[in-house]
Amino acid sequence: MRIHLNLAPLKQTHWHEYVTRFLLGGIITVATGLIAKHFGPVVGGLFLAFPAIFPSGATLIDKHERDKKRRAGISRTIRGRLAAALDARGAAMGSIALAAFGFLIWQCLPHHNAVVILTTAVSAWLVLAVLLWRVRKLHICT
Amino acid sequence: MVELAERFLLGGLIVSVFAVVADVLRPKGFAGLFGAAPSVALATITLTQLTEGKQYAALEARSMIAGALAFLVYAIACVYFMAKKHRRAMPTTLAMLPVWGACALGLWSLFLK
Repeated sequence: MRIHLNLAPLKQTHWHEYVTRFLLGGIITVATGLIAKHFGPVVGGLFLAFPAIFPSGATLIDKHERDKKRRAGISRTIRGRLAAALDARGAAMGSIALAAFGFLIWQCLPHHNAVVILTTAVSAWLVLAVLLWRVRKLHICT
Repeated sequence: MVELAERFLLGGLIVSVFAVVADVLRPKGFAGLFGAAPSVALATITLTQLTEGKQYAALEARSMIAGALAFLVYAIACVYFMAKKHRRAMPTTLAMLPVWGACALGLWSLFLK
């Protein structure tokens, strides 16, 4: 299946769901900074890969799929859970790329320009994540 | 206090942007990649390297590798409970967070302590 944009979920998402994500992101980033200040960067760094937005994203996918089925007159369905599981499978591949993002910054940040390294690391995350997803689609690994 | 406010705003903004991108991308499995986007990391490292220096930020990034591997185990556990056991997303993703914590702390005590 080709990668494409579908803007319909933006209309389905309520404003309070956007606010919740913003607050969650902000709170987790602040908490990570406070943990690093209190326990040091080695412990604080663990929380840079905390599953911050994944639970809210998967919950929204589950809810939207259930709502869609309910509108079609189907009250009992596992479609939402399966859709959320698909999302989790994608996140598993993204987390491998996330480790590569951390490795690049660990190795390169002390010796190079921060903006260049951060931009390269985000690009590397995206490229590796897409590559893993494509490999998965080829059924080379399951 | 100003630094905390900056962290809050930048973290909230980057997490929201990645979340919206994940919302509009299809297929769903591909959009799921953005569930493990480096959103918190990007916000934190951007500000930390300015306030604490590059070495400090690099040390955080090294630990982040362990956190990311813990995320991998967490995501696989979520897939299992939602796809195979048909558990709802919210209780599953929240109940599995201790799995992330246990894996992250385990890797920390084995390799980083």
